[in-house]
Amino acid sequence: MTMARNATLRAAASAAVGIDDVAVRFRTKNRDVTALRDVCLHVAMGEFVAIVGPSGCGKSTLLKLVAGLLKPSSGQVRLRDEQVKGPRHDIGYVFQRAALLEWRSARRNILLQAEMRRMPAARARERAAELIAMTGLGGFEDAYPHELSGGMQQRVALCRALLHEPPVLLMDEPFGALDALTREQMNMELNRIWRETGTTVLLVTHSISEAVYLADRVVVMSPRPGTITEIVEVGMGAERDYAQTMGRPEFRDATTHIRGLLGTAAAGD
Amino acid sequence: MSQHILPGTPGTPGTPTTAAGKTAAGAAPAAGVAVREKPGARERFLGAAEKSWRPLVLLVALLAAWWTVAAAELVEAYLVPSPGATLDVLTQKTGYLTQHSWVTTYETLLGFLIAVVVGVFAAVVMVYSSTVEKTLYPVLLFAQVVPKIAIAPLFVVWLGFGIAPKILIAVLIAFFPVVISMVTGLKAVDPEMLQLSATMGASPWQTFVKIRFPASLPHLFSGLKVAVTLAVTGAVVGEFVGANEGLGYVILQANGNLDTPMLFAGLLVMSLIGVVLFVLVEIAEKLLLPWHASRRDASVTTTY
Repeated sequence: MTMARNATLRAAASAAVGIDDVAVRFRTKNRDVTALRDVCLHVAMGEFVAIVGPSGCGKSTLLKLVAGLLKPSSGQVRLRDEQVKGPRHDIGYVFQRAALLEWRSARRNILLQAEMRRMPAARARERAAELIAMTGLGGFEDAYPHELSGGMQQRVALCRALLHEPPVLLMDEPFGALDALTREQMNMELNRIWRETGTTVLLVTHSISEAVYLADRVVVMSPRPGTITEIVEVGMGAERDYAQTMGRPEFRDATTHIRGLLGTAAAGD
Repeated sequence: MSQHILPGTPGTPGTPTTAAGKTAAGAAPAAGVAVREKPGARERFLGAAEKSWRPLVLLVALLAAWWTVAAAELVEAYLVPSPGATLDVLTQKTGYLTQHSWVTTYETLLGFLIAVVVGVFAAVVMVYSSTVEKTLYPVLLFAQVVPKIAIAPLFVVWLGFGIAPKILIAVLIAFFPVVISMVTGLKAVDPEMLQLSATMGASPWQTFVKIRFPASLPHLFSGLKVAVTLAVTGAVVGEFVGANEGLGYVILQANGNLDTPMLFAGLLVMSLIGVVLFVLVEIAEKLLLPWHASRRDASVTTTY
């Protein structure tokens, strides 16, 4: 599995995501809001990039641009060397809330992805079973969303986003609503899933330690109008044991540095 | 009822598996979850009795009050007949009542079904096209505000004494709650779900069938429950204005003859039709939406 990841990294001289001089302005009833300005970001294939920043700095907007759910007011967004013009289908998207269909069991919620894409049923079921085992949902396949805890629901959402083996996975504060303990578990699992699948991941988060633990690079954003303050290279290997990583000097340096950046940004606000 | 609890597996059904359990997950049943046998006939009967004894007691109390008033002759018998006299009419003129009840039921159901089909269709079109919504909404509101009882005579003039004006009034009266509830339901869909659907490359039709329509059903059903009881009213109003059959006609005739036992019998049957139709809609809801939040009462997850 690690070999697969290395292969993807090597093959991927091209960028998974390219954002050039992007600005986004929203028009509401009586005011114009600049959400993002002068944003440039390039993510290589197979890379894990986390985005942190104060609330309302346009982190989610950035993900929606990449997914094609929003159009930039100016600038260019490219996904796998193609300009993003409308909603993209070669991505997996995970929201903060699991957004599951209440009337479908966990398995059928995961298979929604396959049904919408008209994937061959047998292949989809097989893949769903793999993912269910991988995320530790075994035994809960036939449970309905209201019978699952928040962490379980989020795992279902993650499986759904991974079902079609998307080259790019976009995650918008996926663990924001979870308790600290479940969150740590999900972080460990996400790290393993990323290593096993070799997917490019863009993760928006509020947690600095989550960002540093998971990512190759952490993008630090300024308050609105959001722009990139700095991109921090974490510089740790892909395989990371949770408790051990927390104790590493690289981890401490990176978190302290990012905390400093966000602190100064807040002070300057 | 037997409960099989796995020994040595603490935790509740919602708890995520621990790090140790993760490796085994997938094959083994989830820790702390045990399948229980379905409740037997006796238990289900007790459950139903537990749910329904309160309204039954109230109903019996009301009947007793009615009977007391009639028996003590507090009110003249030709104004309020005794329960016995009403029951006599119900048993002796069963054929007559059945025939007219059938007509009213038929008109009600037909009106209700047309209202549902037209209402759902109008709601879908309105939700998908704001132009249509802006055009149609004021007209709909106007049609709702006009008192149906006041225009009923006009329909009789236009459509004659047959079944058509009754159905038309039932449709008009039942239509509005269907449209309003369906529009609310279709608009209440989680916007993130729709964005997700867009990233899945779903066609608008797929999104409608798999996400929007099922998500709107709980709202629709609350509208249907209102609509079905209103449809009965609509059909009877139509019969009041001009008819030679149906419960409305029966009541009008009984009224003219000061035949209060028959009038009461007609009222009872009419109420019964409304209640039965309402219950049928509730059963349909229960069968179609077992997942819905309002069904998620204590019987689904409970501590023991």
